[in-house]
Amino acid sequence: MQWEVVIGLEVHVQLTTKSKIFSGASTAFGATPNSQACAVDLALPGTLPVLNEQAVNDAILFGLAIDADICRDSVFERKNYFYPDLPKGYQTSQMDKPIVGHGVVEIRLEDGSTRNIRVHHAHLEEDAGKSLHEDFHGMSGIDLNRAGTPLIEIVSEPDLRSAEEAVAYLRKIHSIVTYLGISDGDMSQGSMRCDANVSVRLKGEEEYGTRAEIKNINSFRFVERAIKVEAQRQIDLIEDGGKVVQETRLYDSDKNETRSMRSKEEANDYRYFPCPDLLPVHIEQSLIDSLQKQMPELPDAKRQRFETEYGLSTYDASLLTAERSIADFFEACSKVAGDAKLAANWVNGELSAALNREGKALKDSPVSAEQLGGLIVRIRDNSISGKIAKQVFEALWNGDGQSADEVIEAKGLKQVSDTGALEAMVDEVIAANPAQVEQYRAADDGKRKKLIGFFVGQIMKASKGQANPGMVNQLLNKKLSD
Amino acid sequence: MPSHTVADLLRGLAAGDFSSEEITQQYLDAIADRDGQINSFITVTREQALEQARAADNARQRGNAGALCGLPIAHKDIFCTEGVRTSCASKMLDNFIAPYSATVVNNMASAGAVMLGKTNLDEFAMGSSNETSYYGTVRNPWNTDRVPGGSSGGSAAAIAAGLAPAATGTDTGGSIRQPAALCGLTGLKPTYGRVSRYGMIAFASSLDQAGPMARSAEDCALLLQSMAGFDERDSTSMDVRVDDYAGALDQDLRGLKIGLPKEYFSAGLDPAIGDAVHAALEEYRKMGAETVEISLPHTELAVPCYYVIAPAEASTNLSRFDGVRYGYRCENPADLDDLYTRSREEGFGEEVKRRILVGTYALSAGFYDAYYRKAQQIRRLIKQDFTDAFKQVDIIAGPTTPNPAFGIGEKVSDPVTMYLEDIYTIAVNLAGLPALSMPVGFAGELPAGMQLIGRDFDEGRLLAAAHQYQQRSDWHLRTAPDCA
Repeated sequence: MQWEVVIGLEVHVQLTTKSKIFSGASTAFGATPNSQACAVDLALPGTLPVLNEQAVNDAILFGLAIDADICRDSVFERKNYFYPDLPKGYQTSQMDKPIVGHGVVEIRLEDGSTRNIRVHHAHLEEDAGKSLHEDFHGMSGIDLNRAGTPLIEIVSEPDLRSAEEAVAYLRKIHSIVTYLGISDGDMSQGSMRCDANVSVRLKGEEEYGTRAEIKNINSFRFVERAIKVEAQRQIDLIEDGGKVVQETRLYDSDKNETRSMRSKEEANDYRYFPCPDLLPVHIEQSLIDSLQKQMPELPDAKRQRFETEYGLSTYDASLLTAERSIADFFEACSKVAGDAKLAANWVNGELSAALNREGKALKDSPVSAEQLGGLIVRIRDNSISGKIAKQVFEALWNGDGQSADEVIEAKGLKQVSDTGALEAMVDEVIAANPAQVEQYRAADDGKRKKLIGFFVGQIMKASKGQANPGMVNQLLNKKLSD
Repeated sequence: MPSHTVADLLRGLAAGDFSSEEITQQYLDAIADRDGQINSFITVTREQALEQARAADNARQRGNAGALCGLPIAHKDIFCTEGVRTSCASKMLDNFIAPYSATVVNNMASAGAVMLGKTNLDEFAMGSSNETSYYGTVRNPWNTDRVPGGSSGGSAAAIAAGLAPAATGTDTGGSIRQPAALCGLTGLKPTYGRVSRYGMIAFASSLDQAGPMARSAEDCALLLQSMAGFDERDSTSMDVRVDDYAGALDQDLRGLKIGLPKEYFSAGLDPAIGDAVHAALEEYRKMGAETVEISLPHTELAVPCYYVIAPAEASTNLSRFDGVRYGYRCENPADLDDLYTRSREEGFGEEVKRRILVGTYALSAGFYDAYYRKAQQIRRLIKQDFTDAFKQVDIIAGPTTPNPAFGIGEKVSDPVTMYLEDIYTIAVNLAGLPALSMPVGFAGELPAGMQLIGRDFDEGRLLAAAHQYQQRSDWHLRTAPDCA
């Protein structure tokens, strides 16, 4: 049987506002527990919420970025449930009138094809605190520093058809919010979290299958694995004659399995209703217009520009624009280098490999855009060959020198382009290998092209790779034909 | 002293006839002597009051006297007061010492007011008789077998008994006006948004409003002046200029159009109260006002509408009292559910639990449209009734309550009858309008109150209209027996 997986994602993105969504307390990560929770965050009797304007602007920016309608009168509602890290006994969220309406996110798949994933809506809400279950001798501790941190929850339609698509979508959301500068997108610190609604159906079937909601998946890798393992669980269940039940499940990354948290029957009735402490948020067209003007260049537009302006392939341009920091690095590097294609190759190739190898983020790269650009300049003017360039890069990466020029100078890696010196080397190699010279001279043009490689190799070896390969080829052609 | 008005006291303080410390001491003594019988205070802040009084006297000597400098007042125990227990008359908050003060408390303190203590109320302001307090029933000084009304019954009884010249109250469905009427006082519920709700423990957020309670309209004007104003910490407070209420009391009422809703004078109104209100209206006509019969056709829907919206909001406002961070926590909870269940079961009283259950039901999946949404639609119709009426008239007048103070225990077992006590006051909260109650006579030995309702932010006109009447009557200066 041919199964199709149907996925919808709910992505929670923490906004990088200075203060919380409804109070003046700081949102900084990692402070001493409960040191950043004020009377409002603690839900002391009599306290009232006041909406953070920046959070509203951030949400509007996101809405504009996904081409969504901005709700001109959005409403905050209370989502009621009891939990120790939810101080008021309700979460202030949005339900009927979320600030961001229908939108679209374009994702690009491995094979280069694109798909439009519809966003049902995105709404503003407050984060809860954290329950700490260790170090309290059988009791639980509550840290309310995170309580009230602004979130946008981005709810997709069930348009995703594979775990890979889900990851591509999530990466795209990540790229949009970081481009906009409204979130740091750091999944390891919980700045971006994801719930996945997963169901399966036979290919060609119209109706959706019964879905399970997998809660709180906090890395790109786990999203992929959790969806795959959950889809397989549902398929196995159905093929064994069972039925999927609607429920909330938790992904256990250690065991790579999902397990039931609560069934539909046990689900909370959240009793949403408009929060009487907050007025509807009326948004003027003039605010939307001014935010539209502040909109930075977004990933798709940047990718297209990179293709046309720099003549890059779609693949290279996609890689370079996945994150704003990479794109900025590339452009700075390319400016110094004076050759966009070479810059793209180096950023996507050597640099990216080195970062991956050492598990470093681009912002922690030991080689700056300017240094890499300077290195490329020396490739272009034939001061060094591509092979030597890799040595120079390694040296810069390890901090052996401030610039490519410094490394080349210090290590004497400058390419030999002096005709006299090269001629001497060529003569020497020809003289030392009479048999190969005979063979070459006897061969036809097709074979000659292969045989010349032997001589080039010998010369490069003799020059420790510093001979200018273009000039060596020219000289060899001339001398061997004499 | 007991019959002194705020205006009298402020004049005496300004003239140096007495010091704040002297009068504060006298009120504290009166509380010590006689509140055992009335039970109007939950907490008396004796030392703090005397300290504040001395500070006020010093400020006055330095020529630094605020508008209420040295005036002793009481705060309803629903306002957070820094360092002082703020109980909301609930076992749930019996151990709660507020770490901050409500904006109203701060505003009045900045004007120089001295806090005598915190007054009793129905638990979480839920009640019309002050019988649901964890700290016991408050008695009406006019007849101690009767209730003082509620929920601001402690504030009303304290003033009527001469234990404080003025007090703050809050009004969600009549909680300032009804006890003012039952205790022979003047009490004002301002326009929703006129006074900050920050630090006032929420019952029903879209209806709650704080206001002054005192003997006279002039007193209420003086108090409101300090209480009112925009507060950036309350998103529902309004950035509207605060009028000079005391300065505008001397208004000629000739040409004032007073609407009399026929629905407020129907069957069910105690005839003696009806007579007192009609007599007062006759005085208004003598002053040159005109009375016109009007209709507020959706009046009968106000009580059912209110008893959906108020409990719905209350049910979630009271979720924060969960035994986790502050307030009452049950002993030895077995697990989290047990902690929640028993803390709330043991910490809340019957009426509070009834309203939480009603509100939870009204908001539940499958019932929301039938109850909460419908109630909101009715609320708009009720507001429209008033909007239409105010196209014809300047203020609306009628009785504040259908009956005078009822007997303690008489209605407590019958919530629906109790809820109907607020039949004339509730619509005003649903519409967000300002309204005051003032004494206009007696039904037997018990005070009768008349309500004046105004347009949004028209508190000045209401106070002036009441003040003009009080210039020609002395009901507001009558004192309860044994309290003179």
